[in-house]
Amino acid sequence: MRVSVSWLREYVDLPADLTAEQLEDALTNLGIEVESIVDQGATVQGTLAVGRVLTIEELKGFKKPIRFCTVDVGKANGTGDPQEIVCGATNFVEGDLVAVILPGGVLPGGFEIGARKTYGRMSNGMICSARELGVSDDHSGILVLDPESGAQPGEDARPYVGLNDIIVHVEPTPDRGYQMSVRGLARELAHAFDVPFTDPGLAKAPKGSTRGKPPWPVTVVDQVGCDRFAARLVTGLDPNAQSPEWMQRRLVTAGIRTLGLAIDVTNYIMLELGQPMHAFDAKRIKGGLVVRRATAGEVLVTLDGVRRRLSEEDMVICDDTGPISLAAVMGGETSEIIPGTTTDVLLEAAHWDPTMVSRTARRHNLFSEAAKRWERGVDRELALVAIERAVRILVEYGGGTPSKQILDLNYPTPIPSITLNSEEVSRLVGIPYPTSLVAELLTKVGCTVTNESPEGSQEGGAILTVTPPSWRPDLLRPADLVEEVVRLDGYTKVPSALPIAPPGAGLTAAQRRRRSVGRALAEMGYVEVLPPPFVSADSLRKLGRSTDAVRLANPLSDEEPYMRTTLLPGLLATLRRNIGRGNRDVALYELGLVFLPTDAGPPPVLDVSRRPTDEEWEQAKAAVPAQPWHVATVAAGEWERSGWWGPGRAYDWADAIQTGREVLLVAGVRPESISVTAADTMPWHPGRCAALRVDGIVVGHAGELHPAVCAEFTVPKRTCALELDLSAVPLPGLTPAPKLSNFPAALIDVALVVPSEVPAVDVERSIVDGIGPLLESIRLFDVYTGAQVGEGRKSLAYKLVLRAPDRTLTAEEAVAARDAAVALAAQRHGAVLRGT
Amino acid sequence: MSRRSDTYDPKQVALLDQASLDEAVAAAQKAFAAVSDVDGLIALRHQHLGDRAPVSLARREIGALPPQARADAGKRVNEARAAIQQAYDARLAVLEEDRARRVLVEEAVDVTLPGDRRPRGARHPITTLMERIADLFVGMGYEVAEGPEVELEWANFDALNIPPDHPSRGLMDTFWVATAQTFANGLVATAPENQLGTGSGLVLRTHTSPVQARTMLERQPPIYVVVPGRVYRTDELDATHSPVFHQVEGLVVDKGITMAHLRGTLDHFARAMFGENARTRWRPHYFPFTEPSAEFDVWFEAHRDGPRWVEWGGCGMVDPNVLRACGVDPTVYSAFAFGMGIDRTLMFRNGLSDMREFIEGDVRFTRAFGMEVA
Repeated sequence: MRVSVSWLREYVDLPADLTAEQLEDALTNLGIEVESIVDQGATVQGTLAVGRVLTIEELKGFKKPIRFCTVDVGKANGTGDPQEIVCGATNFVEGDLVAVILPGGVLPGGFEIGARKTYGRMSNGMICSARELGVSDDHSGILVLDPESGAQPGEDARPYVGLNDIIVHVEPTPDRGYQMSVRGLARELAHAFDVPFTDPGLAKAPKGSTRGKPPWPVTVVDQVGCDRFAARLVTGLDPNAQSPEWMQRRLVTAGIRTLGLAIDVTNYIMLELGQPMHAFDAKRIKGGLVVRRATAGEVLVTLDGVRRRLSEEDMVICDDTGPISLAAVMGGETSEIIPGTTTDVLLEAAHWDPTMVSRTARRHNLFSEAAKRWERGVDRELALVAIERAVRILVEYGGGTPSKQILDLNYPTPIPSITLNSEEVSRLVGIPYPTSLVAELLTKVGCTVTNESPEGSQEGGAILTVTPPSWRPDLLRPADLVEEVVRLDGYTKVPSALPIAPPGAGLTAAQRRRRSVGRALAEMGYVEVLPPPFVSADSLRKLGRSTDAVRLANPLSDEEPYMRTTLLPGLLATLRRNIGRGNRDVALYELGLVFLPTDAGPPPVLDVSRRPTDEEWEQAKAAVPAQPWHVATVAAGEWERSGWWGPGRAYDWADAIQTGREVLLVAGVRPESISVTAADTMPWHPGRCAALRVDGIVVGHAGELHPAVCAEFTVPKRTCALELDLSAVPLPGLTPAPKLSNFPAALIDVALVVPSEVPAVDVERSIVDGIGPLLESIRLFDVYTGAQVGEGRKSLAYKLVLRAPDRTLTAEEAVAARDAAVALAAQRHGAVLRGT
Repeated sequence: MSRRSDTYDPKQVALLDQASLDEAVAAAQKAFAAVSDVDGLIALRHQHLGDRAPVSLARREIGALPPQARADAGKRVNEARAAIQQAYDARLAVLEEDRARRVLVEEAVDVTLPGDRRPRGARHPITTLMERIADLFVGMGYEVAEGPEVELEWANFDALNIPPDHPSRGLMDTFWVATAQTFANGLVATAPENQLGTGSGLVLRTHTSPVQARTMLERQPPIYVVVPGRVYRTDELDATHSPVFHQVEGLVVDKGITMAHLRGTLDHFARAMFGENARTRWRPHYFPFTEPSAEFDVWFEAHRDGPRWVEWGGCGMVDPNVLRACGVDPTVYSAFAFGMGIDRTLMFRNGLSDMREFIEGDVRFTRAFGMEVA
């Protein structure tokens, strides 16, 4: 909402020397967001001078009248010579005072003024219209200044054209409808500056009546949707009456178009008091009015020319022809005021159900200025005051005659009072608030406060009965009153104190583990990325995944409606982007949730007035898709770089699988629980994929991606990937301390020749089993294939460290242990000791 | 081996002459001094201290002396030998030290050569900033609470006192999970009459606040939790908006909790994040889930555009309706909550101007922050 400070000053005695900064601070501290504070004088840049038209020469031969004028602008142009200006308006005569912008000036909207040749003459500046200056919509001609204004040629024209005001643009919060008016803002500023406030909402207004002949027959059928309907007829208006200049200026400032007096007045009063109004052309209404719910499928063409199909929830105002207005939101075409024609106006000021208006506005996507106010709450006691104010303006500027009777169909519900223990404020704020201060502040905002406690009783605070004013439908509960007290007293008064939390248990094991895994991956050389989790059906299919996934109803991109079931799509896209940007040798990781659909059906509908039962809550949680933590990596390019030390090494399948092992180790899995087996699963290369298992259960896969996947995702050939379900990895228990023996170790190498297809891990297992507890460590250090071992065979060479816990091993013992291992490997895999 | 001699033969014992001994010592010292490397010195050892060295030969002759002269001769020979040994040892030490020094010089390399055999990894600054915030609160006794990203509409909205008609529930603001019907038909979901969203009852959480509800439902007060996490809104990705971003939220439910405690907590938080002179400023605001509510700014001295107040987050005393829906008696307990955007915090704290960089995953961006965001 945009209003001028001069308008506010009509109701609040703001300090004369109020600065923009003070105003901004005051509004901010009241919780009113300030979008901008604009000094209007600065909206027109350069010299805007008062000029007196000296001569007018009508130029002939153009399609429209063009005048070449000389204008006395005093010393404003630096020379005192008459300024020569070409002008297209004809609404002025020689001797008139006008506003002239000189070359170099800039009008609102960035329109720069220069000296230029036009219609065959030089034009040095421009004589301005009100619209060009941004003060009203009037563009019927140039702005001719009042000869009584005292303006002299050469003076700054700004004060004479209404450019000497300060415009405040505020955005009140959605709970405070009353702030969306000059009335409400003036009230708030009166609190802030502690200055007198005159409430225009409490102005005297003649009472309405339901007796006698009403100004118009009206029946309110639905008194829930409409609990007040006031109306008055004004006849014999000048159909061409324009709003006074000050009213136009205020409407334009607020961003509302001026459309003639009868319509302008309703908008003006909405801005001033906060009461949206509607004006019907009474001659275009057929019969009495009925206020009711629409029937489903009824049709209304609203003022914006849109044909709207109504819902059973919308409220409508009907005449004999059916709906003529979408109540509270927008009027209809058939009873619309027609400037230049309408002489009889039926003014309506009603009170509508905020929930109804909010739904109707949303349903029809019609967030009109009126709807915005209704949604936030309008003072239901304003109706008659608003009508009185509107009628007076209409009569003064349009010459109409108001009807004797004022219709007021009023179905009030009493405003519920709130019982407040005055200590509640202290309890929630943390500093003492004397009962008197609580009562004083609440009274300031308009509440009626009665102290119900017996005289002199201080124990446990005073019990206050608080009745909020009609303009504060947001005040419903003690907490709302507490906020009001603190807000007015100032949030700055809330002191700073740290609460003492009971001792916490620190991070959970799962949280610590995620951190360790992330840090370990980064230390290995992977870079963490956080791509969005939205995926396409196509990418799921290309990765060999089901499209049985959680799907969004309103995805940002129709291409990507699914929630990921794997981290790989985002990682591959990020890899591709990096390579596209010239980042070579890219290794990425992500730790994040994947989303697995559930068959549980929709969650139960839960109440909010009480805690859900345990059963309800369990049922609700079961309806939420499972969302395990995954960790994944993708990598392409060199893993060990080439450099002055020699050639590098490309990242390969073994790095991906080893990363998987490392992640499991970092996650606290004991080495003997980890196993790796060959796997054939998309999106991996069928011959270069490993399943990673913990205690035999597959928790993920790693290896080189399938060549088709690399091609589909346009990532480099032989890109490798790892993905683990971290949530499926059991949390570590206590780590048993290792038993270290300090007896000398026996170091033995053993090379076994086995058929090529035997997995190395199986051979190693045989050695481990064959040697038994004497084996301290085993490490494969060479794999050889070639003529020396024969076709279809390979040699696996291991370094073994043997050690006994209680003695020095003899050479014989060590050899015997090795022989046992060789024998077992021979039995299991047909292994032969190499070199024998 | 000295042979046994019964007769004293002066010729044979000439080697025991003091002059001869002195000469042997002098010769050895001179020879040792003349060599310039350890190997050369070792080669001289035999000549001056070996079996056939003058002092060794002299010792053999002691037996030929009359008994009364033997003690004196023995003493003098030993002294001479000790002098040579000492000269040898001293020279050896000098030469070995020389050699060691020379080896070090020869082994010198160009230490400015790069050693980056492995590319550096890095953690995302969003992750590390969230950890840092979590750690701060864990240090104060809080625990880190978590919740799902696909969340119950009830937890995301209803339990937080957000009215059924609140526009934030609509498809314009919130990602809704499609219902089985909508995706079976391949239709775009439309809201059922008078209901926002799709009727699936599931949304992508629009804030971390549903974790407040979950925490209160599953724990008993006193509750002190901090909730970092990922949240979603239907904003197209541009420099200042992202459909996916991060928040951190704090919730305290205890007896006697006040706005003063909230301020104290936020001030402490602000100082930990933005330096000793940081502080917060509150502006009254409206949130459905808190009453009283405030937005708060932080005074940030190291801002790239100079010291200033920066909008940081929202806070307030948890609305009694929220407490009630989550089974906490608002007449016994009071509670505060606060929350702020992690991405936004990182942006103004570290001077970033484009949110897309968080999502695009350019390794140059993430590497700039290393292992911990500073």
